[in-house]
Amino acid sequence: MADLPALPPVNTSGKKLAVGWFSFTCSEDSTILFTELLNDHLEEWKKFVDFKYLKALKMNNQIEGLDVAFVEGAISSEKQAAELKRIRENAKVLVAIGSCACTGQPSATRNNLFDNEINYKVYWYFSHFDYSHEVKKLEDLVKVDEKVMGCPMNADSFIGTLARSLKTFNII
Amino acid sequence: MHTEEITIDSITKIEGSASLKVVLEDNQVKELEFIIQDYRRFYTEGVKGKPMVAVPSFLSRICGTCSVAHLFCALEAIEKSQGITLSDQTKLLRRLTYDGLMIRDHALHLYFFVLPDLLGIDSILEIPDDTTSPGGQALHDAFDIKRTGNNLSVAMAGAAIHAPLPTVGGFLKLPDPAGFPDLIRQLEDIRPKVIRGIRMFADWKETMIRNSDYLCLRNDRQYDFIEGEIINTNGKRVKEEEFHSFLKSVVIPYSQAEGYVFSDTHEDFLVGSLARINLNRDLLNSRTAADLVEILKMFPSNNVFHNNLAQAIEILQCVDDALDILRMIKINDEKPVHVPVKAGIGVGVIEAPRGILYHMAEVNGQGMISNYDVIVPTAQNQINIENDLKKYFNENLSKDRGEMRLEAEKIIRAYDPCMSCATNFLNIEWIER
Repeated sequence: MADLPALPPVNTSGKKLAVGWFSFTCSEDSTILFTELLNDHLEEWKKFVDFKYLKALKMNNQIEGLDVAFVEGAISSEKQAAELKRIRENAKVLVAIGSCACTGQPSATRNNLFDNEINYKVYWYFSHFDYSHEVKKLEDLVKVDEKVMGCPMNADSFIGTLARSLKTFNII
Repeated sequence: MHTEEITIDSITKIEGSASLKVVLEDNQVKELEFIIQDYRRFYTEGVKGKPMVAVPSFLSRICGTCSVAHLFCALEAIEKSQGITLSDQTKLLRRLTYDGLMIRDHALHLYFFVLPDLLGIDSILEIPDDTTSPGGQALHDAFDIKRTGNNLSVAMAGAAIHAPLPTVGGFLKLPDPAGFPDLIRQLEDIRPKVIRGIRMFADWKETMIRNSDYLCLRNDRQYDFIEGEIINTNGKRVKEEEFHSFLKSVVIPYSQAEGYVFSDTHEDFLVGSLARINLNRDLLNSRTAADLVEILKMFPSNNVFHNNLAQAIEILQCVDDALDILRMIKINDEKPVHVPVKAGIGVGVIEAPRGILYHMAEVNGQGMISNYDVIVPTAQNQINIENDLKKYFNENLSKDRGEMRLEAEKIIRAYDPCMSCATNFLNIEWIER
């Protein structure tokens, strides 16, 4: 895995980048890759990053006041769409993470199901839960400032995005 | 009549989204709903009409953390549909890839999700960098263990997540044996760290006991995640092809995933590491067994928290298994096995990290998928989880509600459930409950 562009040994800025990590409809492969990046980077990142929302790793999560929201997965329902909009309202920068967030695929596979029998079966779930008519990528619903492509996300690209954010928000 | 509702809107430190709702009436649990919230992606419908060779890679996208399990189970189903026999080398390379998966996946669950429960903190993010601090050493051990599992999978299969090299009939590219000595060094290096973790989880006194039946794959020749027949606690054996009819799916109206019970008794059961160690510990690698004589006496166990300990033991099993294979394997220049395309049905059953995984592929004469089915472990465990939680709440109603919520999350986490997996197939043979 790639190395983060050299960070200073000490955080002299007196502040940390407020980060949230969110996941919608997907395999959560980018979340898993993120946890693998922590093997090499957790100690370094903790000096510069405040993980305010990271359900994969903590119980007490806060959505308010984020500098950067990393958002994985496609949007399958109005409830998810409302959550995404709330994230957008609370984050200065929103980064789409991985293929489902950036393109909708492969989670949007169901958008292409036509067969009558399939529609009948899918309908059972549609009628019992709040599925939206179509699965959507993030920028169909909110402004996306940056994309980290890949399935799972490209690790180098993610690390570069995080490093740029640290500079943008004058943390380093 | 006094009614009270306890809810956990979002269960954390698991893969995917789930919640819990408990309705108490006159100091008894009246309703308990473990709600899997991930939205379905209908992948088993989406693969119909697709070329069979493209399907395993696509279906690995069911789950990020156990993508290799879905990949290998799909490969097995399709290979059986075509009558493909794998070489011994391919079997060993898949075994090595799988050892890497289990090491990484179990370590993620144990050290990143469960360790805070053991330490009484919220998150690994609270653990100081100091390796002499409580948890500090365990966290640093976790980094090394996870990294080694990753490296093993990458060396064999090209990636730990959505591996590109395994294909129908073999591997698209073979590993370079020049890298094996370094892998052996890494595996030997983490071995004492893995044992330290096993002792840590063995010393954890958390207890939740309920009599369950256990179900897992058993290969009488070796501790195996890929080959074997399904057995239960009473020794009943079921062939892979009969597994689907052995179970009955149950619609759980508030959850995005079906549950499962036995088709004959309609009783619940547990799959996963606890089932495997309970029923297969006699088959563990001799080096693993020799180092864990006292700890293995804790099994068979009905304590669901021992699923954590069982996972820790399986990490050592996979380390020792990989070491044995890497020290003896000679890589021959083999190409994937090709046979003429034919119509057929194949069933793959393997042990994913969380338990039995079933894929059924029906292929037409043009090599296209005409039907596909998947049964995942978390769906099988769903009813067992609910019944464990009902027992816990009924026995602990005098406790503080905050403490009860935390304990309920711990019980759910002990199962290592994966919601991404649980919501990806369709099954129309339902019974309402």
